[in-house]
Amino acid sequence: MFQNIGEIVLLFWRALLALPLAWRHRQKVFDQFFEIGNASLLMVCVLSFFIGGVLALQTGPVLVERGLASAVGGLVGISLAKELSPVMMAILIAGRIGSAMAAEIGSMRVYQEIDALRTMNINPLHYLVLPRVLAIAVALPMLVTFSILVGWLGGALVAFSNDSIAISFQVFFANLHEVVELGDVANGVFKSLCFALIVGVVSCHQGLVTIGGPRGIGRSVTKAVVNSIVLIVIFDYILTRMLLN
Amino acid sequence: MTAPQNNQHGVAVGVRGLRKRFGRHEVLKGIDLEVQPGEILVIMGPSGSGKSVLLRHIIGLEPPDEGDIVINDESIQSPGVMGKYRLAMVFQSGALLNSLTVGENVGLYLSEHRLKPPEEIAAIVTEKLEAVGLEGVEKKMPNELSGGMKKRVAIARALVIEPQLILYDEPTSELDPLSAIVIGEEIFKLKQDIHVTSLVVTHDRDLAFGVADRLAFIHEGRILAIGTPDEMKRRSEPVIQKFLHADFNPKNQL
Repeated sequence: MFQNIGEIVLLFWRALLALPLAWRHRQKVFDQFFEIGNASLLMVCVLSFFIGGVLALQTGPVLVERGLASAVGGLVGISLAKELSPVMMAILIAGRIGSAMAAEIGSMRVYQEIDALRTMNINPLHYLVLPRVLAIAVALPMLVTFSILVGWLGGALVAFSNDSIAISFQVFFANLHEVVELGDVANGVFKSLCFALIVGVVSCHQGLVTIGGPRGIGRSVTKAVVNSIVLIVIFDYILTRMLLN
Repeated sequence: MTAPQNNQHGVAVGVRGLRKRFGRHEVLKGIDLEVQPGEILVIMGPSGSGKSVLLRHIIGLEPPDEGDIVINDESIQSPGVMGKYRLAMVFQSGALLNSLTVGENVGLYLSEHRLKPPEEIAAIVTEKLEAVGLEGVEKKMPNELSGGMKKRVAIARALVIEPQLILYDEPTSELDPLSAIVIGEEIFKLKQDIHVTSLVVTHDRDLAFGVADRLAFIHEGRILAIGTPDEMKRRSEPVIQKFLHADFNPKNQL
């Protein structure tokens, strides 16, 4: 396990050092970015809408009972911005994109494509890892921003249409505006950037260390997703503590 | 094919006391080998004898536990040596990048190292594909090609590097006899045209005796014998005789 952690940190460090080459690989970064956005946007939209809705549905009636109906907007807004959207989207992306990265790089490793790159003096870190990590680091914060907005909309719609809450859009968003500051959204977006780096580096690393045949690729995909999710949750706590101060 | 230039001459390769262990299993047990510039050396031997591992050491994909590989008397472990010489490897599976078209695969070395403008790369790709008998396949994906075509694309990709040393790992495995002949002809033609040094790992006796200047027989991680094809046919070691003259005739053995 410690060897794995060391390799992941080293891969992250090498990817950072390779950043000046990003412009040179911009087409690959854009292709990956498009792939991530294209694959995830609809899912992000649906998931965020219903997370916002469920949040309003679970908290709304309780708050209304205690005469705090107007607080629903703030509660939904801040929960989504600071916690739910970054974490849920990161987990979604780990499952959808991290698994694909590990599978693609893993199969390239198993079928000697990475060896072929190395014999052509093409560094797999520059060719495969850098574009993927960069693309996910740009895409996930954007998806999270989008998720927060859609989640708020879902929450507002449920709060308005559900008889046991029944508050207007104006009241919902007025309270949200009062409670949620730009810094809270920035807090969530910053977290998502950290999670994106975790998913990108862990998944690429897992792909690069794949051994064996199809079963090895399967194992790598599972490890990439599980390790990413575990690290997301651990880092969520660490980042939340840091950002609280 | 373009006329050979001075810097296209093959390189000399030396393997000195090479040892490699994977876990508790010692795969290479002290390999010593000298290959002359422009020579085709064929390495034969039973499965698991360490042939492919030897190739991977020569191209720098595996670090040796002991010993050294030298190219023109320079250790490949010295800084800058691997970048100084143009080496290429044709993998057993072809190892084409499945996410790229055939044209992109063949031109990958040039495009990634930005050695030529895109129009020139496209012309070189077409030229190299034609050199291996493939035309109009640039836009195809690797999964649309037959096994023999994939191998030829892999050779075209190696040719783009204008290599001084090409390593072939089982170039005719999984191929029908006619495709195997084409690959054999390509290997021989490259030696004639660009004087490239070639190391060929194969089980294919027809290919081995058809193209080899010298043959090396590797057994259980050691070079058992090395010599011209005629010399190898006269070797008395039972394992070599058995390997070179094995007949597939199970009906008569029952």
